[in-house]
Order: sequence, then C-alpha cells, then structure tokens
Amino acid sequence: MTLSSLMPVLPELVIIIGAMALLMLGVFRGEGSTALVEIGALLVIAAAVVLVVLQPAAPVELFGGSIVVDAFSRFFKVLILIGAAAALIMSAPFWRNHALNRFEFSIVVLLSVTGMMVMVSARDLISLYLGIELMSLSLYVIAAIDRENLRSTEAGLKYFVLGALSSGMLLYGASLIYGFTGTVSFAGIAAVAKEPSIGLIFGIVFLFAGLAFKVSAVPFHMWTPDVYEGAPTPVTAFFAAAPKVAAIALFCRVAVSSFPAIALQWQQIVVFIAIASMVLGAFAAIGQRNIKRLMAYSSIGHVGYALVGLAPGTAAGVSGVLIYMSIYLAMTLGTFACIIAMRRDGGQVEDIEQLSGLARTQPAMAFVLAALLFSLAGIPPLAGFFAKFYVFLAAVEGKFYTLAVIGVLASVVGAYYYLRIVKIMYIDEPVARFLPMPKPVAAVLFVTGAFTILFFVYPAPLVAAANAAAKSLF
Amino acid sequence: MATWPILSLTTFLPVVGALFILLLRGHDEGTKRNARWVALWTTIITFVVSIFLITGFDKGNPGFQFVEDHPWLGGTIRYKMGVDGISLPFVILTTFLMPIAIIAGWHAIEKRVKEYLVLFLLLETLMIGTFSALDIVLFYVFFEGGLIPMFLIIGVWGGAGRVYASFKFFLYTLAGSVLMLLAIMAIYLQAGTTDIVKLLTFGFPRGMQTWLWLAFFASFAVKLPMWPVHTWLPDAHVEAPTAGSVILAAVLLKMGGYGFLRFSLPMFPHASELFAPMMFFLSVVAIIYTSLVALMQEDIKKLIAYSSVAHMGFVTLGIFTFSNEGVQAGVFQMVSHGIVSGALFLCVGVVYDRMHTREIAAYGGLVNRMPIYAAVFMVFTMANVGLPGTSGFVGELLALMAAFKANTWVAVFATLGVILSACYALWLYRRVVFGVLEKDSLKTITDLEAREILILAPLVFLTILLGFWPAPVLDMSAAAVANLVAQTKAALGPAKAALLGVQ
Repeated sequence: MTLSSLMPVLPELVIIIGAMALLMLGVFRGEGSTALVEIGALLVIAAAVVLVVLQPAAPVELFGGSIVVDAFSRFFKVLILIGAAAALIMSAPFWRNHALNRFEFSIVVLLSVTGMMVMVSARDLISLYLGIELMSLSLYVIAAIDRENLRSTEAGLKYFVLGALSSGMLLYGASLIYGFTGTVSFAGIAAVAKEPSIGLIFGIVFLFAGLAFKVSAVPFHMWTPDVYEGAPTPVTAFFAAAPKVAAIALFCRVAVSSFPAIALQWQQIVVFIAIASMVLGAFAAIGQRNIKRLMAYSSIGHVGYALVGLAPGTAAGVSGVLIYMSIYLAMTLGTFACIIAMRRDGGQVEDIEQLSGLARTQPAMAFVLAALLFSLAGIPPLAGFFAKFYVFLAAVEGKFYTLAVIGVLASVVGAYYYLRIVKIMYIDEPVARFLPMPKPVAAVLFVTGAFTILFFVYPAPLVAAANAAAKSLF
Repeated sequence: MATWPILSLTTFLPVVGALFILLLRGHDEGTKRNARWVALWTTIITFVVSIFLITGFDKGNPGFQFVEDHPWLGGTIRYKMGVDGISLPFVILTTFLMPIAIIAGWHAIEKRVKEYLVLFLLLETLMIGTFSALDIVLFYVFFEGGLIPMFLIIGVWGGAGRVYASFKFFLYTLAGSVLMLLAIMAIYLQAGTTDIVKLLTFGFPRGMQTWLWLAFFASFAVKLPMWPVHTWLPDAHVEAPTAGSVILAAVLLKMGGYGFLRFSLPMFPHASELFAPMMFFLSVVAIIYTSLVALMQEDIKKLIAYSSVAHMGFVTLGIFTFSNEGVQAGVFQMVSHGIVSGALFLCVGVVYDRMHTREIAAYGGLVNRMPIYAAVFMVFTMANVGLPGTSGFVGELLALMAAFKANTWVAVFATLGVILSACYALWLYRRVVFGVLEKDSLKTITDLEAREILILAPLVFLTILLGFWPAPVLDMSAAAVANLVAQTKAALGPAKAALLGVQ
C-alpha cells in the first residue's frame, strides 16, 4: 500500500492528525487554550469539508473493501461536518457563560466525527462496529463534560450503560450474521443471503436493534429524553444533529446493500420502528414542558419519518432519507440555537413557558423559531414539508400505504406540540427578555433559519445531489 | 403585455409589500400608519395588476392562459402557473377584497400592527397562488401554507376563545389535507406528472379514482366546509378579527369548492359520479341542518358562519350535478357568497367596533340612529336570503335548477333551505336593526363613518350589479365550465351522460 492510496481517507486523516495536534496544544497550554483549540478544530473541519467536496465522484474502495468512498458517504460526511461545526460554534459562548473551560470538548467532537465518517463509509461489519464505537465512546464523554453537574454526569452514565448494552446487541447480531453467511463484507453477505434463514433473521434483528438504539428509534429510545435533558445544551444540539445523521446513513447502507434479497424480512422491522417512533414521538411530546425533552421526543418522531423513506428499500426512498436528514439537520441546529439563547441573569432556562410573549420582546428570534417549528411540523412552504414529501412519496411508491397514512396522521398530532410553542411565543403575555443572543449562536440561527425558510425558492440542487448520492448505493 | 409574468406578479407583489413593512423600524403611531399605508397600496396595486388579467383574458378560450412554466423541484414538479375561467374569478375576488380587508382593520387592530399586516399580505400571496397553481404539488404548497398566517391571525388578534379556535382551525384543516397529500403522491406516481393540465385528461383507473377522490374529499370537505366537518368554522369565525373573518369566509372557504371543481370532477369523473348521491345528501343536510342551527344562534358572527355552511351546500349541490348550469352555479355562488358574506362580516365588525359585543340581544333598534347602516345591512341580508335582484339569487336559482334536473327530491329539500335562510337572516335583521332603541348603551351609537362607507359601497354595488347582470362572471367562466362538463361527460361515456339526463 502506497501513501497515495490513502488519498480517499485524507479528510479522516486530517481530522485525526488535527485532533492530536490540538490535544497537544491544549495539554501544553492548559485551560487557557480553549478558544484557540476550538478555532483550530473549526479550521480542521473546514479543511475536511473542502477535501470531501473535492474528492472524485467515482467510488473508491479501501482496506480490502471495508471502507468505501462514494457519493453517498461524501454526502453524509458533509452533513456530519456541518453539524459538528455548528455545534462547536454554538458551544463557545455557552462554555464561556458557564465558566466551563474544557478544551477537550472540541477534540472529542473531532474524534467522534471521525467515528461517524467511518460509519458512513463502512462496507463491512468490522468497520461498522469500529466507527460506531469510536463515535459512541466520544459521545459518552461529552455527555458528561460538565462533570460537576449531577444531571450531566447522570446523562453520561445512562448513555454509557445503555449504549454499551446496545453495542453488545449489535455485536451479537453481527456475529450471528457472520456465522450464517461466512463473511463480514456487506457485498459478501448480499451474495450469500438469498434465502431468509432463522439464524440470519436473528442476526438482522439484533443488528437492527443496536442501530435503532443509535438513531433513538422506538422501542430503543428511552435514553434519549434523559440524555438530551441532562447534557449541556450545545452537547444536546450536537447529539441531535451529527450522530443521528451518521447512524441513519449507516442504517440505510447496511439494510440496502447487505440484505437486498431478503428485503421483506428487514422491511417489517423498519416499518414497525418507523410507525412506533412517529406515533410515540408525536404523543409523548405533547406532555413535555422542558424544551430539551420536547426536542428529544421530536427527534424520535423525526427518525421515524426518516425511516419511512428507508422502508421501501428503493433509490427514491434513500434519496428521500438524504433530503430528510439534510433538512432535519438545519431545523434541529436552528432550534437548538434558540434553546441556547434562552438565558436570563439566573442562567439557562428550559421550560417552554419561559418563551412566553417572545414575539413581542425579541421578535426576530421568535419569527425564526416559529418558522423552524412550523417547518418541523412539516407545513409548506417551509423546508420540513419537502423533507416529509420525499420520504412519503417513496413510501407510496413502494405501496406502503398503511405506513404512509399513519405517518401523515402522526404528523398532524405532532403539529399540535409545535403549535403550542408558537402559541406561547405569539399569543401569551410576555415575560422578561432573554439576554442578548451571542453572535456565533445568532449566526447559526440565521443560516439555518434562512435555509429553512428559503429552501422552496431553489430546492433543485439538494434534491439532485441526494438523488445522485442515493444511486451510488444501488 | 404577454411577455410580462402578470400572474406571478399578482401573486408575489404582496410579499414585496410584506418585506417593506418588515423593514420599517419602531413601534410608534407613525410607523403603524406607514405600515398600514404600505399594506393598502400594496393590495391596491396588486388589484390593479390583476385587472390586466381580466383585460388580457380570452373568454372564448377554455384552456389555461397567462401560463408560466419554470423548473422547480426537479423531475416533473415545476413552477407552473396559469388561470382559466374557473380560477380567474377567484383570483380577482381575492385581490378585490384584500384592500377592503386592510381598511376594515385600520382602527380595529391597534396592537402589533406590522405583524398583522405582514401576515395578511403573505396570506394574499398564498391564496392567489392556490387559485393559479398549475402544478399539483405547487398547489398543495400554496393551499397548505395559508394555514400559518391564518393560525396566527386568529390566535393573536382574535377574541377571548382565540387559542382554542386557532388550534381547531389549524389541526382540522391539516388533518384533512395530509390525506390529500398522499393522494397527490399517488397521482404523481400513477401519471408520472404533476402538471395539472395533463392530469385533467389523464384517466385514472376506476378503483384508484375512488380512493383518490375520498382523499381529496377529506381535504376539500373540511375546507369548504361541509356538514359534518364544519364545526371548526363557527369557532374560527367568531374568534377571528373582522378582517380575518372576511377573508376566511370570502376566500379561504372557496378553496374547497375550487378544489372540487379543479380536481375531483375532471380527474376522477367515475368516483365523482359514484359519490354524487352522497354529496347531494351532505349538501342538503348542510343546507337544512345548518340553517336550523343558525336560527338558534345568539352570536351574530356565529349565525353568519352557519349560514356560510348552508350556502356552501348550494355550491356542492350545483357542482355535483355535472351540468353546465350546476357548475356555473357553483362558481357564481362562490363569488357571490364571497362578496356577501365578506360584507356581512364587515357589517358585524362595524357594530362590534362600537359596542364590543356580538350578542344579538345586545342590539336592537339600530335603524333609529344608524339609517345608512340599516340600509347597507339590508342589502346584504337580502342577498344572503337570495332575493331576486341580488347576486345571491342567481347562484341559488341556477343551482336549484340544475339540482331539479338531476334529482327532484334533492331540489325540493334544498329549496326548503332557501326558506330557512330567509327565516334566520330576516329574524337577525329584525332583532338587530328594527324595534325600539331601548338599550342605554346604544343611545350614542354613531352611523357609518366615511371609511366604512368607502369599503361597503363597492360591495353593495357589486351585489346589486351581479344580481341584475351576472354576465361578467358567468361569461368569464362559461367556456372553461363547458369544457370541464364536456370532458367529465366524455369520460363517463355517452350512455352515462344520457342517464344523467342532461342535454
């Protein structure tokens, strides 16, 4: 293997080397280097984005086929990097305000991003597991990054225990699949798994259970509200964005490229967890008062919608998932930017009632947040509508009518709790203003808000890119 | 003028005005006044531009005119706009009523004026877009997008029960529409196109038509609204501010009827035929039942809201006779109801602004102090009853004639509704306007001011004009309606057409 053959993984290498260099910097300069390390991390991410975008379109396999760099993985890598960058940008003022001086955050985010990039490129069960573990271990750490805070440490511990359990299930499923097919490569499994055998089905069930945990789909969602609520808000913003995108991408690739011949078997699982996630996400969020918990249930619901696109197992469906996750990423980051900005003299507030009358005290923030919430509810002409449109289009095309009908009805129920926040902001009487929004947070909110509101003006490029990326899986 | 995208200009001019208002800074009286003037001029200019649509419109051409076509979402989903004789009246109705709605809220809306006007202008864009979209996905985007501004208009500027009403409005309408969205997807996948012009003549398989028809029905029946899914309307009307009620009654409800005309009839003729008896039944129930309910109302706005449901019953009755008169009756009745019900809500707004109550019992004897008001209210009450010489008569007469040819019993029961409408409307008028002026609170009430006369005068004029000379609307829609009916009949087959007993 020559050095030039490593070119396809150059973005990952840049991130790892960058993370190591920044770690050294942080260790030698001490606590005072947090801002510097963060800027460095952002530069590394920017470099990685440029490298990913410049990569040739043709798919390249590496390491004996265990890693592939194709349009699909490049599409998701860009999303992951954007998600991580936005979370980093928003975290800096948050740490400053909370006197939390931990340069490790940026570095651990970089490492988890590497894990995610491996996940979306994985073409066999080994690299799949390596990617997941690298990501997950980093995430456990940053969930507990506010180590003096009981809730944060509790979130980290909970996440770790349940995450370890799910990794165990995933590994068990992977070993069963290996045992019954004799190979770990996705292409190899696809070539062997022509008939559903009981062992293989067991393996798929366990593998999917592990993946469902990572995307926080029902019935493996229980950790989500607690972790989202307990972790510091920028960390929650990161959790809701990049790892979810990566795990959905992995889910798509495993399902579509390993088990095409026995699609009927895994489709049942996907349909079930999609329906359960959409319905539970819609109903459980109604009773929430803490906005981070509410967003946790909202994200469970959104994973359900994304999985609606996976259920048919078609290129159109996967393309729908890609569009969905892109738009979901923007909406989620924007909403969390607003949540980070919910700060008064007494510190961070998280109760949705605290948004009362925001339209009168801070009209610009209320306007963008309302647009994001309407978009999350899937109301046209905002971006969230187009996201739902493409996944449901694929479901109807694949004749998954029950799934589609339940899905759209769940979205009506879901609209209720988004509307409730809009009502609190626009109709209720104002309470005290929030402190001014920090500039970096405002920048993230501006970009994501503009994307969400103006997406309908020129949607064609994203749709075309998603179509091209989805084709590379088939 | 053909090179100008007049239709897009009409559609998106209000957004430009809304952006201007957003740029205004400050919350003082001066800013509020500026915002109102910007909104008013925007809507007036939009109306003037839309007049070019009338002058450039070829009445003899049954097809779509002013067509614009640009790539949008990729694939076959394009930005395609155009109007024909069925949609143009509604576009004009919208642009005509918007300046009136803006003036109606001139003094009544005091808080958060800028937001209010911005939402109204956005709503105008979405309404015009709904009527002129020629791509079914684009149509849905406009159709559904209207929920956001209306939700906020009711919720923020409405009456005491506004929160409940706005949620009910939003969720009811959304629940109906999402099923239509799935049907739109099924149509796209079946036909391979979202171009409405192509879809109108596509010919869907019979079994599929039934399901698609039902999904569209779920959306349009809620929007129109038809009995028994009408219950959101009284709540929304009662709580909405005057201008909101006007737009809701005059334009938003028409989207439902327009949808039946544009999609259900030509695209799913077999299903329409299959469900026509059900539509007749629901229409007749709506006409009679909601008229009876209207009789018992204590709230003026609620009474008018129920009467709207009854009048919309005539629209569906006419449309589902599959005859020229019937469909024309549907179009005309919708335009007429747009003017009349809008005007009635304005009349309620006039006394509400003075007394801040909508209780019928709080009024009485207004004629003594408000003669002009009494006269104006009289015109619209008569139009609501369907008195000959008012626009309300033409639509009801045509609809009843068409219904009589299709099914005598339906016509008989529907005619009963006309009598009932006279009962509730005249009784309302008697209780509010006639009688002795006894209540102390009313002793100082003042008659219409110049602003109110300014907005009511054109409506009075149109109500009477269209009553005596309905040709402008009927001619405009004649060719398109004839084409639609002919197509539907052709799809149903000659034998079926004969069975329907038309021509």
